[in-house]
Amino acid sequence: MTEDRIAKFEERRARLEQLSDEELKGRFWELCNQLVEPMVDLARTHTSPSIERSVLLRMGVDSVTSQGVVNRVLEAGLLGKGAGHVVLKVAGKRGLDIPAAAALILEDKAVLQGLFG
Amino acid sequence: MTKRLDPKQKLDIEEILTGLENYHPPRKGWTWREAPAEGVDMGPFHYRNMSKPLKNSIGLPASKYFDAIDPQPSCVVTTEIASGRFEDDIRRMRMAAWHGADHLMVIRTTGQSHIDGLLEGTPEGVGGVPITRKQIRASRKACDMIEEEVGRSINFHSYVSGVAGPEVAVLFAEEGINGAHQDPQYNVLYRNVNMYRSFVDAAEAKKVMNGARIFQIDGAHNANATAKAGWLVMPELMVQHGINCAFSAAVGMDKALIGLSTVPPNASPAPKLWYDLPYAVALRDFFSEYKMRAQQNTRYIEADIEEAIRTHTVDTLISMLTSADIQSTITPDEGRNVPWHYNNIRGVQTVKQTWAALDGIKELLSLNYAGPLGEMARDIKIRAVAFLEEIIAIGGYFAAVEQGFFVDSAKYPERNGDGIARSGKGGVAADSIVPRDPDYLAPVCDHFGYNAVPEGVDHACDLIGGCTLCKPEKIVYIDELDPEDNANKRLEATYPYRKGTLVKPEAEWAGDGTILMQFFVPLPEDFAAAYGVEMGKRLGLEDPQVVNIQVMHPAEGCFVEVKGKVAFDVDVRMLKVPEKEVILPEEELRAAVKQVGLTVVAGTVGEDEHSVGLREILDIKHGGIEKYGVKYHYLGTSVPVSKLIDAAIETGAHAILISTIISHNDVHRAQMRKLADLCVERGIRDRMILIAGGTQVNREMAAETGLDATFGRGTKGIHVVNAMVKVLKARGVL
Repeated sequence: MTEDRIAKFEERRARLEQLSDEELKGRFWELCNQLVEPMVDLARTHTSPSIERSVLLRMGVDSVTSQGVVNRVLEAGLLGKGAGHVVLKVAGKRGLDIPAAAALILEDKAVLQGLFG
Repeated sequence: MTKRLDPKQKLDIEEILTGLENYHPPRKGWTWREAPAEGVDMGPFHYRNMSKPLKNSIGLPASKYFDAIDPQPSCVVTTEIASGRFEDDIRRMRMAAWHGADHLMVIRTTGQSHIDGLLEGTPEGVGGVPITRKQIRASRKACDMIEEEVGRSINFHSYVSGVAGPEVAVLFAEEGINGAHQDPQYNVLYRNVNMYRSFVDAAEAKKVMNGARIFQIDGAHNANATAKAGWLVMPELMVQHGINCAFSAAVGMDKALIGLSTVPPNASPAPKLWYDLPYAVALRDFFSEYKMRAQQNTRYIEADIEEAIRTHTVDTLISMLTSADIQSTITPDEGRNVPWHYNNIRGVQTVKQTWAALDGIKELLSLNYAGPLGEMARDIKIRAVAFLEEIIAIGGYFAAVEQGFFVDSAKYPERNGDGIARSGKGGVAADSIVPRDPDYLAPVCDHFGYNAVPEGVDHACDLIGGCTLCKPEKIVYIDELDPEDNANKRLEATYPYRKGTLVKPEAEWAGDGTILMQFFVPLPEDFAAAYGVEMGKRLGLEDPQVVNIQVMHPAEGCFVEVKGKVAFDVDVRMLKVPEKEVILPEEELRAAVKQVGLTVVAGTVGEDEHSVGLREILDIKHGGIEKYGVKYHYLGTSVPVSKLIDAAIETGAHAILISTIISHNDVHRAQMRKLADLCVERGIRDRMILIAGGTQVNREMAAETGLDATFGRGTKGIHVVNAMVKVLKARGVL
């Protein structure tokens, strides 16, 4: 395995030696961009509890409440909708402002039932 | 908006904490220094790589010989502050800013990166401060005052890492933090945060940082701080930098906000330049679109401060031979303790002094790429590209991490098998990312990725009437959560040392009492250490510890440094500060001497053969009174007082200068009194200036012995001339 890796490296080196400085630099960035592409795609299509809490913070919900709300949303299997989305829906449905809707979710998790009906 | 600081007054911490709930930063984003392309003229010199000078600053010690100039490097200069208490951090920030730091980096408390959420209030930290809204708001408010005081923008910096990255990024954006570390690889490799979570979070955090123009620094430098042989991991470092840069740019970060944290990986006694220079050259070639944050080496710092400073001087030389947009400093005591106040300043001084010394070096010297330098740089680049090819060949970044590709201490492609391997299924917060549904929505600004914002809505946050990034008044401020562990409690305890009259020395915190002693002891190493502790105890220090020992010779002895805490307070009201003697300007003194044709007689009195001190006061060669135009008659040593008086009358001298060194039985006082008494007897006291000096003489003795002025150790000719001219003025002669 190790000899194999070293041998492959020698092949790569022999090929890369042929490149000019500019071409070598171009190759470096081409590979970097290729490497990060699937990671960027993963990020584009996924979310996390921290991302959702950061959304709630930006919506004017305090950090302690954000933590509780995201836990509730996660338990209800609704994180894929977006925690901000959930709070926005509750606010619309109940005629509340955003912080009040977030507080209500903490008080009574039943408000999450049938929200995306 | 903020109160103006008075350089004569300490920072008022209580005042900073007042009204924080409504404080919002007056500006956001990163600021570079203004470095005029045509250079800067200061004092007698022209500088080529300097920025505009500060309004208020403290120059290097030798600046007094050069019109007190304090040239400021063209690059931003960083200092890292980590006392564990923000109320002490901000006082240190002010000191550091006065010495030329404009990038103040606050280290987080141990373990914060594993806390899944934000902390609030002002709890005490370990090895850094808990980063909270209150802590950063208070610190930013202090920075706003300090930047006004020194006359240059201050970049306040902390860390967007760990499992709460996106929230921390939002907090930083809201509170006007100017710079932050953000690198998902750091989480994965050094904090064992799950790799998928780390990258998903990083994309959001970077997008938020970009929106607030927060400058980003990556975490690649940790590889050469961690790997056993830091100088061998250079190809990997290029790869790590490349991954973070490419990922950041791909998620929408402006390249002007992306910086590489790069450290010269080697340190002498290694032939440092042969490793560090080709690496620096290779890096700056591949990453020409990005900024360089040049850090100093920590991997090979030991307890010896001078050794660290010498390494950091060469690190700074490498920055100047290549380039640095930010020159960071490492506190030279990092190898032995959490950095102390004054060592932050020493780190900044290392850069300031090196930068001034090497100003314009690239106009004088150029790098020789044709020789081994070019070959070595190209070799590193080829290995880095091959490294990337291998990662892609085995299935990508995540697969490479699982196979332990990173932080292996061998030179790529060799492997020592000591790399850090992480499983995609493992780590902190494993299995915590969730796919976004087709109707996923986040009604806020600076959100990354898929977002089903309804058609016809221009900005996502229009759905909620604006987010906190657009409407800061929506930010919810939490003051304290813990009634015991908070700044108010700590400030009560330190009040007597900050605003009362009690004084203790300090290294980290107000009133901590910490001091350092340095000495040589003629003992071998083991005994020297034991002696250091025993000595500290007998001197009454609390908790004496040996922090550094250097063997001068295995048998002859060691240099030892002992730290400990002073157990007592001193009340400032009992300190007697001698009134400062105001020295008249040299030109005025010369003119006065010339006007009266000032002449003196001088000699060492009594049975006393000492002559050196008096000669230094007299001779032009030593900056004595002759330099200011005074004529003197020197009568030698062991001269009777009466003979000096006779000579003074004979020559028409204005003054008699006696030197009296021997103080046995108070003979020096007796000689001084005798001079005054005899002059009164001879009726010449009113027109004669009588001055005495000696090692056991002090300024207070003049009144006691009836002389016009008396001088002790450290006296220069100018002090004596000044005293004579003042007497002549008082008598109306001038």
